Amino acid sequence: MFSGFMVNTWTVATIVAVVAGVVGFFIVLRGSSFVADAVPQGAFAGAAGASLIGVSTLVGLGVFALIGALGIGWLGRRSRQDVATALALVVMLGLGALFLSLSVEYAPEIYSLLFGEVLGVSTSEVAPVAAIGAVCVAAIIVMYRPLMLSSVMPELGEARGVRSHRMEMCFLVVVALATSMSLPVVGALLIFSLMVGPPAAARSFTSKPLLAMALSVVIALATVWAAIAASYTSNWPVGFFVGALGAVSYGTGRGWAAWHRTRAARGNARPLAV
Amino acid sequence: MTDLDEEAATSLDAGTVASLSGAAMTAGQHLTGTGGDALTVDGISVRLAGREVLRDIHFTVRAGEFVGLIGSNGAGKTTLLRVILGLQQPSAGVVRIDGADRPRHAPAVGYVPQKVLLDPDMPLRARDLVGLGLDGNRLGIPLPTRRRRQLIDEMLRAVGAGLFGDERVGNLSGGEQQRVLIAHALISRPRLLLLDEPLANLDIRSEQEIVELLARVAREQQISVLLSAHEMNPLLPVMDRIVYLAAGRAASGTTDEVVRTEVLSKLYGQHVDVIHVHGRILVVAGRGDGPAEPVGEDGAHCAVPDWL
Ligand SMILES: Nc1ncnc2c1ncn2[C@@H]1O[C@H](COP(=O)(O)OP(=O)(O)OP(=O)(O)O)[C@@H](O)[C@H]1O
Ligand SMILES: [Mg+2]
Repeated sequence: MFSGFMVNTWTVATIVAVVAGVVGFFIVLRGSSFVADAVPQGAFAGAAGASLIGVSTLVGLGVFALIGALGIGWLGRRSRQDVATALALVVMLGLGALFLSLSVEYAPEIYSLLFGEVLGVSTSEVAPVAAIGAVCVAAIIVMYRPLMLSSVMPELGEARGVRSHRMEMCFLVVVALATSMSLPVVGALLIFSLMVGPPAAARSFTSKPLLAMALSVVIALATVWAAIAASYTSNWPVGFFVGALGAVSYGTGRGWAAWHRTRAARGNARPLAV
Repeated sequence: MTDLDEEAATSLDAGTVASLSGAAMTAGQHLTGTGGDALTVDGISVRLAGREVLRDIHFTVRAGEFVGLIGSNGAGKTTLLRVILGLQQPSAGVVRIDGADRPRHAPAVGYVPQKVLLDPDMPLRARDLVGLGLDGNRLGIPLPTRRRRQLIDEMLRAVGAGLFGDERVGNLSGGEQQRVLIAHALISRPRLLLLDEPLANLDIRSEQEIVELLARVAREQQISVLLSAHEMNPLLPVMDRIVYLAAGRAASGTTDEVVRTEVLSKLYGQHVDVIHVHGRILVVAGRGDGPAEPVGEDGAHCAVPDWL
C-alpha cells in the first residue's frame, strides 16, 4: 500500500492532517466547531454548482468556502456566531440541493466530495495542496499571539489593540483555505471530525498551548494514517475510520484527564499541570 | 488632599453636579504641579440604545494616584472604562491619556475586565495568559527565553499567584483568575491601570490583599489606578480620590469632598444620607419618614439601623 499511486495519497493526507491539527487547535479554542462543520458543507454546495456549469469543482469549492466563511464573519458581527453560522449553512445547503437536482448526470465525484476519496489522489493535486497547506500553517504561526489573545478574551485583545473582528475574519479565511484543500481528500462531512477531534483530544493531555497544538497535529496524523491503512486493507470508506478514530482519541483524552484528576485529588497537593 | 477650596464648595451648592465635578477638576489641575495627569476625562457623554448612559463626565487621575470609580449596578462604570480604553465611542467629550488625545489602544493602559468567562478545558496556563500581557499583540510564536520566564514568574509572585502559575487558567477560582488578570495587565508596565470590579469575586481577606497590592503598585511604580467598585468601603484606606457615578453623572474629589449628604443627594436627584459608622460609610436613601433604603450596594451588606 506504499507503492505507486499510493505515494500521492500518503503525501496529501499527511499535509491535510498537519493543517487540520494546527487550524483545528484554534477552532476548538475559539469554540467554533460549528463553523468547521458549516464551511465544508457550504463548500460542497459550491462544488456541486461548479460541476453543473462545467467549471472545475475545486474552483467551486474554494469560492463557496470563502463566501461561506466571510459571510459567517460578516453576519457574526451583528448577531451571535452560531446563529450566523446556521444561516450561512442553510443558504448554502439550499443552493447545493438546487445545484444537485439540476445536474443531469449522477456524479460519483459528488459522492466522493462528501465522503472523501483518499485512494485516488493524482500527482497534479499534490503541489496545490502543499502550497495552500503551507500558507495555512504559516498564517496561524504568524497570527499566533494576537489570535490566541482574541480567542481567549477578546476584550483583553481589544484593549491591546488587537481588533477581534479583524482577527476573526483572517482566521475564517484560513479555515476556508484549509477546507478547500482538505475537502477532496477527506470529504465535506469528515473535515469537521478531523479539525475538531484531534485538538479536542489533545487539550485533555496537556495544559501547555503550544504542546497541545503539536499534540493535536500528532493525533491528526495518527488518525489519518491509520484510517488510510485500514481503508486500504478493508475496502471500507476512509471517512468511516477518520470519524471513528476521532471519537476514540477524544474519548481517550477525556478518560485520561478524568483519571489524572482523580489521581491528583487523592494526593492533596494542587493538581499538577502537565 | 483638599483640592476643593471654598469657592468651589460654594459653587457646588448653587450649580449642578455636573459643574461640581468640573469644579473639582479645575481645582485639581490647579494643584497638580509637576506630576501631570495620567488621565483626563473631559465632558464625556455616552448614548447607548437611545439612552444617555453617561452625561458630561469630568475628572482627572494624576500620576501614581489611586482612584475609586464608585457606582451601583448599571451606573455606567463599565461603559466609562470602555470609553477610556477606546472600545466605546462617546457621543461627546474627549479622553486624554498622559496629556495626549487618546491614540487608539494606547499600550500604556492596562485593563482588567469585569466579565471573565474562561473555558476550564482550555489548554492555557495562568503563566501563558500573563505572557500574553507581555507581548500578546505581537506577531508570531512566543520564544521561551529565560528572561521572559523570569518576568512572568516575578509578576505571578508579585500578585500572589505564584502557586498556580502552571494551572489551567480556566480552572482557577474567580479570585485566582482576578490575580492572574492583574498580572496580565501589569506585566507590560502600563502608566494607567483600569480595573473593572476586581473585588467582586473576592472574599474579605483576598479583597484586602488585592487592594493593598494595587495601592503598593500605584505608589512604588507610579502607576495610576482607576478601579471600579460598587462598594467604596474596602477602598477607603488607599483611595486618593473618588469618582462617584450615579444617574449617569459623576462627582469627583477626595472621599470627604464627595461622599457628603449634599453632594450625593444632588447627584442622585433625591435625598440621601451619608452615615459614618465604625470607620465605614453608608449611603442611605430616604428621609426619617418612610422606610430607609440603602442606595446602591454600599449599604446592602449592613442591616440598616432601626433608628433611621
Ligand atoms: N450595549 C448596550 N446597549 C444598550 N444599553 C447598554 C449597553 N451596555 C450597557 N448599557 C446600559 O448602560 C448602563 C450602564 O451599564 P454599565 O455596564 O456601564 O454599568 P456598570 O456600572 O458597569 O454596572 P455593573 O455594576 O452591574 O457592572 C446600564 O443601564 C445598561 O443597561
Ligand atoms: Mg460593570
